[in-house]
Amino acid sequence: MTIREAWRIERSTAASRAALVAAGLALAVLVSLPFWGDSGDMRLVVEICYYLALAQLWNLLAGYTGLVSVGQQAYVGLGGYMFLALSVLWGLPPLLALPFAGAGAALVALPTAFVVFRLRGAYFAIGTWVVAEVFRLLLALVTPLGGGTGMSLPVAVVQALAEGRAVRDALIYYLGLGLGVGTVLLVFLWLRSRYGLALTAIRDSESAAASVGVDNPRTKLAVYLIAAALAGLAGGLIFLEKLRISPDAAFSVGDWTASVIFIVVIGGIGSIEGPILGTIVFFALRALLADYGAWYLITLGLLAVATMLVAPQGLWGVIARSLGLELFPVRRRLRRLRSGTGSRREQ
Amino acid sequence: MAWLNIVLQGTLLGGLYALFAAGLSLMFGVMRLVNIAHGDLIVLSAYCSLVIVQATGLHPLLSLGLVVPLMFAFGYALQRGLLNRTLGGDILPPLLVTFGLSVIIQNALLETFSADSRRLQAGALETASLRLGDAISLGWLPIIVFATAVLVIALLRFLLYRTALGRAFRATSDDPETAQLYGVDIRHVFGLATAVALSVLSIAGVLLAIRTNFDPTIGPARLLYAFEAVTIGGLGSPWGTLAGGIILGVAQSLGAAFDPGFEILAGHLAFLAVLLVRPRGLFPRMAD
Amino acid sequence: MNLLETDGLTAFYGDFQALFGVDLAIAEGEAVAIIGANGAGKSTLLRTITGQLAAPAGRVRFAGSPIGSLAPYRIVRHGIALVPEGRRLFSSLSVEENLRLGEQCRRQGPWTLERVYRLFPALARRRQAPAPALSGGEQQMAALGRALMTNPRLLLCDEISLGLAPTVIRDIYAALPGIRAQGTSVLIVEQDTNRALAVADRVYCLQEGRVTLSGAPRELTRDRIRRAYFGV
Repeated sequence: MTIREAWRIERSTAASRAALVAAGLALAVLVSLPFWGDSGDMRLVVEICYYLALAQLWNLLAGYTGLVSVGQQAYVGLGGYMFLALSVLWGLPPLLALPFAGAGAALVALPTAFVVFRLRGAYFAIGTWVVAEVFRLLLALVTPLGGGTGMSLPVAVVQALAEGRAVRDALIYYLGLGLGVGTVLLVFLWLRSRYGLALTAIRDSESAAASVGVDNPRTKLAVYLIAAALAGLAGGLIFLEKLRISPDAAFSVGDWTASVIFIVVIGGIGSIEGPILGTIVFFALRALLADYGAWYLITLGLLAVATMLVAPQGLWGVIARSLGLELFPVRRRLRRLRSGTGSRREQ
Repeated sequence: MAWLNIVLQGTLLGGLYALFAAGLSLMFGVMRLVNIAHGDLIVLSAYCSLVIVQATGLHPLLSLGLVVPLMFAFGYALQRGLLNRTLGGDILPPLLVTFGLSVIIQNALLETFSADSRRLQAGALETASLRLGDAISLGWLPIIVFATAVLVIALLRFLLYRTALGRAFRATSDDPETAQLYGVDIRHVFGLATAVALSVLSIAGVLLAIRTNFDPTIGPARLLYAFEAVTIGGLGSPWGTLAGGIILGVAQSLGAAFDPGFEILAGHLAFLAVLLVRPRGLFPRMAD
Repeated sequence: MNLLETDGLTAFYGDFQALFGVDLAIAEGEAVAIIGANGAGKSTLLRTITGQLAAPAGRVRFAGSPIGSLAPYRIVRHGIALVPEGRRLFSSLSVEENLRLGEQCRRQGPWTLERVYRLFPALARRRQAPAPALSGGEQQMAALGRALMTNPRLLLCDEISLGLAPTVIRDIYAALPGIRAQGTSVLIVEQDTNRALAVADRVYCLQEGRVTLSGAPRELTRDRIRRAYFGV
């Protein structure tokens, strides 16, 4: 006589379902913002969105594939300059120039990967930084794009986006929102898929993953290229909004890498929720310490160091572990269905 | 002949870069730790000397007598108090902690000294030059810097290959677990490695401050040069690090001669070229 | 008082328990062997004694002092030296540099470079060679010499016959009387039972983390040993 046991694979939890509802509500509010908020609020949301996007991407690189890059500013800057080149020099409409800028960044990332993947660990990190510096120095030599001092976005390009100021602001706002939400969604769906399982395996143990057939080099390259593409897209948007680009601003380590790293570290590496929490903390701190100049960055640095020493999994890691929470359902749970016992067991 | 002058000046510059690199190489060799705050510690040493010089009126080169022991002690404390806690397998903690340290040091210096550009006054030494024939004119200061670099590297090599501590460094680098079985206190050895590394970079910092203007933000660029010199030269060989520094210095000088805006880029491109052709460097001695 | 004593020693690798209450005693001057199959816990026992694996302080006593919770570099300074399984010589160092590393302990005693070279003349011929260039037998001699340079009161040998040809093993074991003559006690871990029984004053047999047999070789029959070894 055999005992029949039925098993069901579940993805979502009560918490994740609740989070979905909350997120839906928040999104609805955000989508409506252009109709009742002022341009200052909209700019802030756009800024939060692109930092969130960059944070998710850095988390994907460092937290999942072990590619700790201190050089993602290369692609942010490259995206910005490609957007400029495409719209100014080749007359492409801005809405087309943006995705092409992203694609362009990914294209450059391919041979770059060939070079930097020769390095490992911390050496890889600094190597990516050198590459970003090379991009910065090269672009400072390109006079049609402003050279060392940079240039402002021509009025023609700005007008090409949309005629009226309000429409332009709204357009940029929705692009930013789309970038932020889209990146989170992309990362979520990726991690939830079969390919995401490979990523999570690499995160947990590279050698173990390789031994069960995960193609580590291919996976890492894919992540690196996608990160470059989206960082490029973000870069295009960032400088479209700022209306001015310069090599130092475009390839700033402080703006596009240090802040992003701190966001992910403090929020929590290796989860989707971490960077979201980190972004909130980052902007809250910035608002709090706005008047204290360099102390703001010192505080950020101290927090990052303390987090790494005391709670390497970050704020979200601590929360998730103590509450057993997972808001983005990427794991599969095995649930035994037997008459009488509806016991739950996690895989 | 003008080219010879440029190459020689690049070589002398390479001495400074070798000094930047030597400490970084030692820390990585012994502990597999890449200190992202390396460049900022060089700048910290420069400001340390500035404070001492302003307080005592000492010549900057004499201030080394105070700066080096200070940085030695600071390095030991830093390693045992903070960095030892980050070691142990995962590459993220040491990377991120030293990255945070870098930001903290830069901004602390900014708050304390402002962003103004400074320079250490060395008197006549700054402009004195040696003329060899018609076309060759080399500053005495760069010559002194290069000579110091050669001396320091020779001392490092002596330390590594002819002393008990050096044996402990190399054994720990090979196999920390087994080294402990034969009496090596790893935490202490790591502390000493960082102490020595910071002593070397403090010399580099003071010499840098005499040579050029400095401000709190120039640290990261020094880190990149140090890193490039180490990578070009190869790991584990002090003379290799000197060679790496020289190659970088010469590349930069040649680039500058071509076009002033090209100086730093030429160095980076030389680094990338070596990376493509010989990822382990030109004179590697240690297994990675 | 025994030189080394363990009292109900347990050891864990995370959640996995490898030793279940091992009682062991070695008197000064003795040669003791520990035999057992792969995975029996022999290496784990040595790792615990040398401090590489954590243990409660009082469970391991050396010359009366509790050493269980000490770090490895402290324990070797007390006078316990390990010749690790697989030799584990330092690959960047020459033979002589490997030997000299033992000097880090600063223990006084009869063992000097000259004496080690007299014990192993083959090493003297290769003193400047990089460690990886040596043959298996030479590496084992170097590993033994390195441990001896710490002037231990107790020498722990973890499977020193592993991977070596029979003639080479014979040469290595031929050195043991010379080592014991200097007053060093010896604890040998071996899979080669015959070798162990020939050399030891007393034998312990480990099986799945427990002591299943102990006594002098002449007291133990083949049968009893086999049963203790395999647990059948």
